Amino acid sequence: MAIIWKVFSAKGVGRSSWMISLLLLAVLLFFWHLATVQPSFNPAGLTEEQLMSLEFKGDIVRTETGGYLYNPEKARGIPGPWVVVKKTVEEFSEAFHKKGTNDHGIAHLVRYTVARFAAGFVSASLVATLLGVLVGLSPTLYRALNPFIQVLKPISPLAWMPLLLYSVQDPTWTAILVVFMASLWPTIANTAFGVSTIRKDYLQVASLLQLSWFRRLLTVVLPAAAPAIVAGLRISFGSALVAVVPAEMLLGELGVGYLTWIEWNNLDISGVMFAILVVGIVGVILDYGFNRLARLVSYAE
Amino acid sequence: MAYLTVDHVTKDFPIMNGGGTRFGESKSFCVLKNVHLTVSKGEFITTIGHSGCGKSTLLNIIAGFEKGSQGGIVLDGKEVNEPGLDRMVVFQSFALMPWLSAFNNVRLAVKAANPSWDEMRVREHTQKYIDMMGLNGAEEKKPAYLSGGMRQRVGLARAFAVEPKVLLLDEPFAQIDALTRGVIQEELVRMWWATQSTVFMVTHDVDEAILLSDRIALMTNSPEARIAECLEVDIPRPRSREAIIDLPEYTKLRNRVLHFLMTQGSHGKTERRN
Repeated sequence: MAIIWKVFSAKGVGRSSWMISLLLLAVLLFFWHLATVQPSFNPAGLTEEQLMSLEFKGDIVRTETGGYLYNPEKARGIPGPWVVVKKTVEEFSEAFHKKGTNDHGIAHLVRYTVARFAAGFVSASLVATLLGVLVGLSPTLYRALNPFIQVLKPISPLAWMPLLLYSVQDPTWTAILVVFMASLWPTIANTAFGVSTIRKDYLQVASLLQLSWFRRLLTVVLPAAAPAIVAGLRISFGSALVAVVPAEMLLGELGVGYLTWIEWNNLDISGVMFAILVVGIVGVILDYGFNRLARLVSYAE
Repeated sequence: MAYLTVDHVTKDFPIMNGGGTRFGESKSFCVLKNVHLTVSKGEFITTIGHSGCGKSTLLNIIAGFEKGSQGGIVLDGKEVNEPGLDRMVVFQSFALMPWLSAFNNVRLAVKAANPSWDEMRVREHTQKYIDMMGLNGAEEKKPAYLSGGMRQRVGLARAFAVEPKVLLLDEPFAQIDALTRGVIQEELVRMWWATQSTVFMVTHDVDEAILLSDRIALMTNSPEARIAECLEVDIPRPRSREAIIDLPEYTKLRNRVLHFLMTQGSHGKTERRN
């Protein structure tokens, strides 16, 4: 009971939340281990001939003491945590290697993905903010363009891929454009909303001060709409991050998303799990950087 | 003689959902009817009336935020119908940019009013008005971290720093607690006196109107609100809150305004229809 009380009290939130996180991780790893543990080979009930046949196929290996074990090289089912850790160490040890056209080290793959993501997201954000401001400033334009935005917004960015690939004829650019399409609409919609709902008295002050259209935009409109714009960018950021992985998979562009697919083709499930972990970690790092940026423009009413 | 003239201003608002009216038959609601008022240079005039009587609409028309349906505003011999730096507004809601510090809120206005000044001069001028409003030490704070009283000090500093021809105060102390209000009212009078400004204020607080004004314009309720009469405040300055309440002129004036608000306020009808 005391422990439960501690969880729901506000004291020492930082420390107890960390402890709970670690505990959950331990529990998770433990059950993962339990669920994937390989049973030890039981030769009882098998004839010498059957054993020889299994050994010949490579399913089992003979130990030095004369017993049999399942071949660790030919593990069945989902790999356990230890296997994934070993795979991770192995991948990191050759993070900067380039062994072939499709076999680049993990550091390179992360770099490709981040560059692809950044190019699509940054260009889309610039375009979307500009469009959003224009749309938000004019109620007429807002009404005229809103139906288009509403129709285009729910289209999965991947749905554009065939059309984009056909148009630009280049998978590298197509991948960037898919990220671009994924990051466009939420920012446009949020910026337009933010700009069109700026408090009236801020605009009244701007008109009293007789600020020019451009100065009004820079000194009043953009700062006032900044929290809404950032909220839009945050949604775009998430959907761009989701889009970059399947875009790489489908287009065969080297990156962490493509890594999951390569490892699947290699039937290396521990490699797939490692790739998934890398995707998650790259997402967290990018998200952290974005939040640092977002804090610069937020303000308290 | 008249520096600011509100020349027979009428304001109609169209009614959108004019129940049952057909196209072409546009209905409208007359907020202000033939409002006429002249203000001399250096005068402090207050318009008093019930909430929703149309006094803020009048202020918005003078500021140029809204246009009158008929009549116009003449300031210093020129007709004005757009917002401009010659008429600074002090807002009830303060209207400070929350992403700028107190200093930068004032600086933004100073820079806009004096585009030819260099940065050094802009900063000096800004600092002067920051000091005059007693904002030293709060320059770098954002509005969210200032009390209501301090925020309105920034609002006043911003308005005075532009050195407009007329200051328009839209119930500037309505959102400030009573104790702070008295202090800032005194600072406002001091600033007004020191800068020889012309002030047009809107309020529904009778004591505030008497303490601050040279003249009080009494406004009837809308629809068709008008200025019923103007009362001179014959109390010598400097006035102090404690001293004036014992004066017989004060009591007489106060009773007169209150009587007006209770009776004439709604066109002579004591009962307000809802």
